[in-house]
Amino acid sequence: MLLNTITNTLVTLSDPWWKVFYDFSSLTKGIDEGLRSSLSPFWAVTVEMVIIGILFLLFYAVIGLFLVYAERKVCAFIQNRLGPNRIGPYGIFQTVADLIKLLFKELIPIKNADSFLFNLAPYIVIIVNFMVLAAIPFAKGLHAIDFNIGIFYVIAVSSMSVIGVLLAGWSSNSKYSLIGAMRSGAQIVSYELSIGLAIITVVILAGSLQLSEIVEAQRTGWFIFKGHVPAFIAFVIYIISGTAETNRGPFDMAEAESELTAGYHTEYSGIKFAFFYLAEYINMFIVASIASTLFLGGWMPFHVGNWEAFNRVMDIIPPFFWYIGKTFFVIYLIMLFKWTFPRLRIDQLLTLEWKYLLPINLVNVLIMAFLVLMGWHF
Amino acid sequence: MEEIIKEVVIGEQEEYVINMGPQHPSTHGVLRLVVSLKGEIVKNVEPHIGYIHRGIEKMCESITYTQIIHLTDRMDYLSAMMNNEAVCLAVEKALEVEIPDRIKIIRTIMSELSRIQSHQLFWASFGMDLGGQTCFFYGLRDREKVLDIFEETTGGRMIVSYNCPGGLMYDIHPNFRKRVKEFIKYFRGVLWEYDAILTGNVIFRERSIGIGTLSLEDAISYGITGPSGRASGFSCDIRKHEPYSAYDRVQFNEVLYNEGDTYHRYLARIEEMRESMSIIDQLIDNIPEGPYFVKMKPVIKLPEGEYFQRVETARGELDVFIISDGNKNPYRVKFRSPNFVNLGVLNHITKDFKIADLIAIAGSLDFVIPDIDR
Amino acid sequence: MDKTQLGDFVKSLKPDATVIEGKQYTEVTVADTDLHSLAKKLRESEETWLDFLVCLTGVDYGDNFGVIYHLKSTKHGHMIVLKTRTSEREKPVLNSVCDIWKGAEFHEREVFDLLGVKFNNHPDLRRLFLDSSWGFPLRKDYVDDINIVSK
Repeated sequence: MLLNTITNTLVTLSDPWWKVFYDFSSLTKGIDEGLRSSLSPFWAVTVEMVIIGILFLLFYAVIGLFLVYAERKVCAFIQNRLGPNRIGPYGIFQTVADLIKLLFKELIPIKNADSFLFNLAPYIVIIVNFMVLAAIPFAKGLHAIDFNIGIFYVIAVSSMSVIGVLLAGWSSNSKYSLIGAMRSGAQIVSYELSIGLAIITVVILAGSLQLSEIVEAQRTGWFIFKGHVPAFIAFVIYIISGTAETNRGPFDMAEAESELTAGYHTEYSGIKFAFFYLAEYINMFIVASIASTLFLGGWMPFHVGNWEAFNRVMDIIPPFFWYIGKTFFVIYLIMLFKWTFPRLRIDQLLTLEWKYLLPINLVNVLIMAFLVLMGWHF
Repeated sequence: MEEIIKEVVIGEQEEYVINMGPQHPSTHGVLRLVVSLKGEIVKNVEPHIGYIHRGIEKMCESITYTQIIHLTDRMDYLSAMMNNEAVCLAVEKALEVEIPDRIKIIRTIMSELSRIQSHQLFWASFGMDLGGQTCFFYGLRDREKVLDIFEETTGGRMIVSYNCPGGLMYDIHPNFRKRVKEFIKYFRGVLWEYDAILTGNVIFRERSIGIGTLSLEDAISYGITGPSGRASGFSCDIRKHEPYSAYDRVQFNEVLYNEGDTYHRYLARIEEMRESMSIIDQLIDNIPEGPYFVKMKPVIKLPEGEYFQRVETARGELDVFIISDGNKNPYRVKFRSPNFVNLGVLNHITKDFKIADLIAIAGSLDFVIPDIDR
Repeated sequence: MDKTQLGDFVKSLKPDATVIEGKQYTEVTVADTDLHSLAKKLRESEETWLDFLVCLTGVDYGDNFGVIYHLKSTKHGHMIVLKTRTSEREKPVLNSVCDIWKGAEFHEREVFDLLGVKFNNHPDLRRLFLDSSWGFPLRKDYVDDINIVSK
């Protein structure tokens, strides 16, 4: 069975092996066919799910650790410091060491805490992360599931993480946590609107909810260029509300360490704390990858109209690197916000959303619809 | 009928009490604030202090005047130079010792350097209180340079014990003039960064303008001195009103604002750094040669009586009140520390603001906890 | 007003107050019962306008306790020292000046905490630094069993 799979995969790679980096669909199809030819459909799907699960777990850990390291380096760069530089060259193993430390730390049980919900909360946050990751197109053909309502699914699932935060704040029986959780609830519920409307602006332009089609629609130009000013406004609003969604500075009211020590995860220790910590970074990664998929063309190389030669040069860089590059550019932007701006106050945060972003967004959607109707986009 | 209505709105009376401190990131030490909230709104703040009360006033009663100097370093550790100076001036006034110009000028320069480094730390930690953590590193970066100057001359960085009754502990280091000039030149060049990061930032201005407004009447009634008082228009700069050391021979402005909110308390400190630099500029080239101390008796005994000395530290007015019965130990020493008095106004100006504003207001009053507790 | 004028003015308000003028500031000693009324007059009359309570010090004089008020006028710039003593040592009581200067609240709590002088009409008279089981450390007869600091 295993042999069968491998041969099948190799057959699909018979043309130059590196071609696979430009189109993963042949590889994934090969694995799928190999498994199905030797196993019953039920087991084939099960094995596939296990493979994807393991890959995502690995990806999750690697991206999480890398982002923590990256943030520490970026903030050090902004703050005139060196950042981690002791463990490994340029301190790259610092976060691994931190993770090992967190794994060995004691899980402190909280007296009078609702222990079931208290333990459940970090998992909810993590599970939500995984569910969103499933829909993200990492490269051509590198997709866990390509829903036809992909972007809708992403919005729907990502807003569930607030449940984890609320549970964490509620169940830890701590006043700081509760205030943090309530703030977080108000914040995420409000900014969900802006995110949704900003995404709808793009959906109008793309004419589809399917993420792979949205990316495909950007073959002739990224939406941020294609959609004139409205798309750019939508991008800015998306970044602002995305930052707020992930509870990152300057919108980190839920944690607000100078006010609430650590907000909703004050009482968590050890690996449970690490889950929240990692989830925050993965959330940032998700927000950034959605931004790059919707506005910056996802894995689509940078193409300009009908400049054939230029487009071919751009095609040389594999789509996966385009995707990663764009995502990290957005992540860098979000990090830059956090380390340059002071924190907003909760009422200012809500004022920003309800009085400014939401009306602008509604008008923006109208303008975009008008543009698409008249066919004035590129 | 009225009673029924009261029962319906029972949530109105309920308070959500949270305990900020003694270990809390933004109480700047072991200050404990018992905060009563209604939602996010602060209804009452009750400071609980005394976690590092060391009984300095009691200790002073059993030690000599020279030894007291070393205790004053431990009160407001960011204004150690000024605290030293206050006791020295009180003792010198009691003994009617004439202090040469050299000592006066060096004391003034040191005090102003202390003021600058204290305000730098204020800026750093205030930025952090508001969530802008980058400020902290910029502030500390510049403060190191002042501390290096202190270290070279006095051997200490924060706990300097540099002044002693009758003069100074040591003469200034040969590099002192050069390094102070270098620092002033450097700091003039980077002070704009402070404004660029925080002062001009929209979020910062939204967070601080109109927050925690203290009127002039209340500032006087509560006795709020220092930059916090001057932001409310309370002209309370001892350097102007009762000049000591070399302050009567320098030109500087008393930074006064009328608004009295968090933003102007912040701004007053930034402006004071500029004034301090101009004071140092005027003095640094005019340090006359001569001895750095006046010969005093090995055991200092103050004549019987009461001596009151007012000094302007970085946070406000520090008064040293010595009651002597003619012995080598004082009968009673009272330190009127500025932070202790400024803490009294916290509840008054935070009422009906939000938790985030409480942090901002407390940060703008610039507490140093050992100075509150003594 | 200069020192002599201040002294004369206080004399006109309270004829039985003792006024000493030769010192750094004009010193006025009044009986504990007269303190509050004199302080209120000094605060409110246009000529003195002593609106800034600079410092409030409690002292143990052996037989009784003294409280010393350093007052300053922000309008005229003059300073005055107001002194009073409690009538007894066992139950030292004075009238609070919190209603005249709001800043006195913390000062008086400190004096209460360290010397045990009670202030009538104080809005919130509790121990400030120490807990209630502690003695009154600034009293001269205070004995510290652990750290021997007796003079």
